[in-house]
Amino acid sequence: MFVNQFLFLGAILFCIGVYGVVARKNAVLMLMSIEIILNSVNINLLTFALRNSSTDGHVFALYIIAVAAAEVGVGLGLVLLVYRNKKTISIDDLSEMRG
Amino acid sequence: MSLLASESEILAPLASGWFLEHAWLIPVVPAIAFALIILIGKRLPMKGSELGVLSMISSLVLAAGAGYQWIQRTNSATEEQFVEPVIRSWSWWRSGGFDFGIGQHIDGLSILVLIVVAFISTLVQIYSLEYLRGDRRYTHFFAALTLFSGGMLAMVLADNMMLFLLGWEIMGLCSFMLIGHWWEEDANSRAALKAFFTVRTGDVGLLVGISMLYFSANDWTQEHLGVSGFSIRGISAWALSGAPNSTVITIAAVALFIACIGKSGQFPLHTWLPDAMAGPTPVSSLLHSSTMVVAGVYLVARLYPVFFVGLDILGSGGNLIVVIGGITIVISAALAFVQNDIKRVLAYSTVSQLGYMMLGLGAGAWLPAVFHIFTHAFFKACLFLGAGSISHSASHHSFDMKRDMGGLRKVMPITFTTWIISTLALCGVFPFSGFFSKDEIIDNVGHNGYNLFMIIGLIGAFMTAAYMTRATYLTFFGEPRGASAGHADHGDTNDTHNSHDANASHDAHDVEQSHGPHESGLLITIPLIILSVLALSSGFLNATPFGESWERMKLWVEPRSVEVVEETHLGGPGESLIINLPSAEEVHSKSVCGSAQPETGICYAPQLNHAPFKWLKAMMSMAIVFLGIAISWILSTLLFTKRAPRLVGLTQRVKILGFGHKLLVNKYYLDVLYEKVIVRSIAYPVARAAYWFNQNILDGILHAIANSTRKISGWVYKNVDQLIVDGTVNNSATLTKSLGTAAQPTQSGKVSQYAALLFSAAAVAALVLVIINT
Repeated sequence: MFVNQFLFLGAILFCIGVYGVVARKNAVLMLMSIEIILNSVNINLLTFALRNSSTDGHVFALYIIAVAAAEVGVGLGLVLLVYRNKKTISIDDLSEMRG
Repeated sequence: MSLLASESEILAPLASGWFLEHAWLIPVVPAIAFALIILIGKRLPMKGSELGVLSMISSLVLAAGAGYQWIQRTNSATEEQFVEPVIRSWSWWRSGGFDFGIGQHIDGLSILVLIVVAFISTLVQIYSLEYLRGDRRYTHFFAALTLFSGGMLAMVLADNMMLFLLGWEIMGLCSFMLIGHWWEEDANSRAALKAFFTVRTGDVGLLVGISMLYFSANDWTQEHLGVSGFSIRGISAWALSGAPNSTVITIAAVALFIACIGKSGQFPLHTWLPDAMAGPTPVSSLLHSSTMVVAGVYLVARLYPVFFVGLDILGSGGNLIVVIGGITIVISAALAFVQNDIKRVLAYSTVSQLGYMMLGLGAGAWLPAVFHIFTHAFFKACLFLGAGSISHSASHHSFDMKRDMGGLRKVMPITFTTWIISTLALCGVFPFSGFFSKDEIIDNVGHNGYNLFMIIGLIGAFMTAAYMTRATYLTFFGEPRGASAGHADHGDTNDTHNSHDANASHDAHDVEQSHGPHESGLLITIPLIILSVLALSSGFLNATPFGESWERMKLWVEPRSVEVVEETHLGGPGESLIINLPSAEEVHSKSVCGSAQPETGICYAPQLNHAPFKWLKAMMSMAIVFLGIAISWILSTLLFTKRAPRLVGLTQRVKILGFGHKLLVNKYYLDVLYEKVIVRSIAYPVARAAYWFNQNILDGILHAIANSTRKISGWVYKNVDQLIVDGTVNNSATLTKSLGTAAQPTQSGKVSQYAALLFSAAAVAALVLVIINT
């Protein structure tokens, strides 16, 4: 069982995702990056599930997929509304919450 | 199945089949259809009505299949064998040691009523397609109508009293929704409320009766049959076993009968039924022919052993059911004479016919009464739908016979013919269906020794013939009046009629059609024709005059009063298979059922007699009916067409007649009694007492509490609040403020920055975790 390779893949995906969230200005791309992070977590869960030959990890992965789907639905809805009101989806233009 | 070979020779195994085993599907189909209509009905091409009609048709098919297999089942039994009902039950829910079941109890009676209900519902729904076209709550109407039928079907095949109660209450709710369908008009919503609350008054009796039966029967049924005290089969067997305490079963039977009085519109709770005419005509038809009002009669027929033992039916003297039934027949028939609204005449006639059913049940004429449910459903539905047809196509939604009808026989030939057939059936003229059931009831009531009530029944038959002749004359003969004469006045006068269908959107499509009376469309006339054919022919299913071989209903429906020795085997989950092994001697000593305690076995049905048919008696009642028709016809002609001066205004001139007329017009002042006297005498003193209590006692206490509270709070304010609490609060606020100022720069409003902070914090946390773990 090549556990390491899977874990490396997960770590790389995670880093890519984090980079996307932090560096990208486009809200849609940020959402996609979040998806990548979630899926890297899935890969980790499945890897350990395979290594320990238990099904718990599979169950969690399924849960995460469902939650991610819902999250994207809400996120895209927000982006759409933001675009309708501001005519932009650049994250930097949306800093009204500044304290 | 441990049937011994020797017994199985005596006893043929009973036939069963898919439809009998799956009869529980019959109410499930409309229930699903109801949910679908509510959810997606408005988006369907026919606004959900097609779902309603389809579900009723499939229920009818299922019921008819079950009926066919039930006939096979009775045929497979030997002559003196008790035909076991097909019972299946499942556990619904358990709570505190009570096990509430859900299931089906299929025997001749339930099959008969199932078929009637499904059949009439199907026709009424088809009729409503046309009658309510363009209505503003078309979809809701069909949803409620479907649920209404579903509730009745569930009640009819219930195997235990809890499910029975459920169906009963669903019907109560749906009748409220349907009677108040056009609730914008005040009178309609009042009628709906009145129907609901009057029936609820009786329903208290149902709850009391069910609980009493459960607590007194449960031990016995668990021991002997292995079923709970809610089971209808268990209660029937228990009632006839000689085990019940006579006081308990009497009170339980009276309580249950109070529920029947409310539901079936018996005296003195009949007042809601005529007001229920406020609903659309298809609703009146369904409500009055086969569904709502039959429920009470069905309850008596279903739990007949309880009433038989509890109220001492066939014992010496009268009993509650007979007396109430007898009173109802006469008083409601008398009320029908003074009504101008055609639907109200029919409503009082329904009340009166329900009185016949109760009279029959109370006098031990079980089969004729049940048969009367069957025949009455067809001709009464036909009459109501006929009245609807007239108002729909001829009288601009008015139901006023004196003002807006007359002379319609020429313009509405189909409606007229079906009306006449149904009227003759209602009057009990040979060979129409009413004859075979109503005459049997009267005959058997006399045969069982209730001579006084037989005379009341004959008087009722006379009055029925007379008021129906009056209504027929006013509607179809004489000169056309008002709207039916083609006066295009419905724009303004319609609002002044107090008895029209308050349906504004109706008028919208009506404008497009030609004004003046005309025959209704096919969707209306076809149900009428089907129903009138049945009104003519359904009586032959139990035609006693033609001998034993014609009495099919007796063979199929009447439970045979045989002592049954049972072995109970638990079959599948929650399902019991029953094998009966009556030995040869018990078959011959069957007459003990109902009159004494069964020795070894279990009885399910009391032994009842059937009066031998005599043509002489039939001729006599026929003569009475024709006398009624003739007298009423002559009087109607004189009064309404020739306006004979000696008759017109007679009630104003002769004091005693005037008094009688006033009494009838005011419906014996029962409504006044209920609304003004009973409701006020209870509600007003309670309200006054509550007000006094509120002003003097509650307010006094409140003032005292308020004063002392004020004093205490003054002290607390000075010492606790100002010094301790405020100090703490002010200090913590200052602290928070300085902390907030310090943390302010992190709140840049830039999401990327937040994310970076988040991930770096996570990275630090991960690093810490790794360091700790290694």
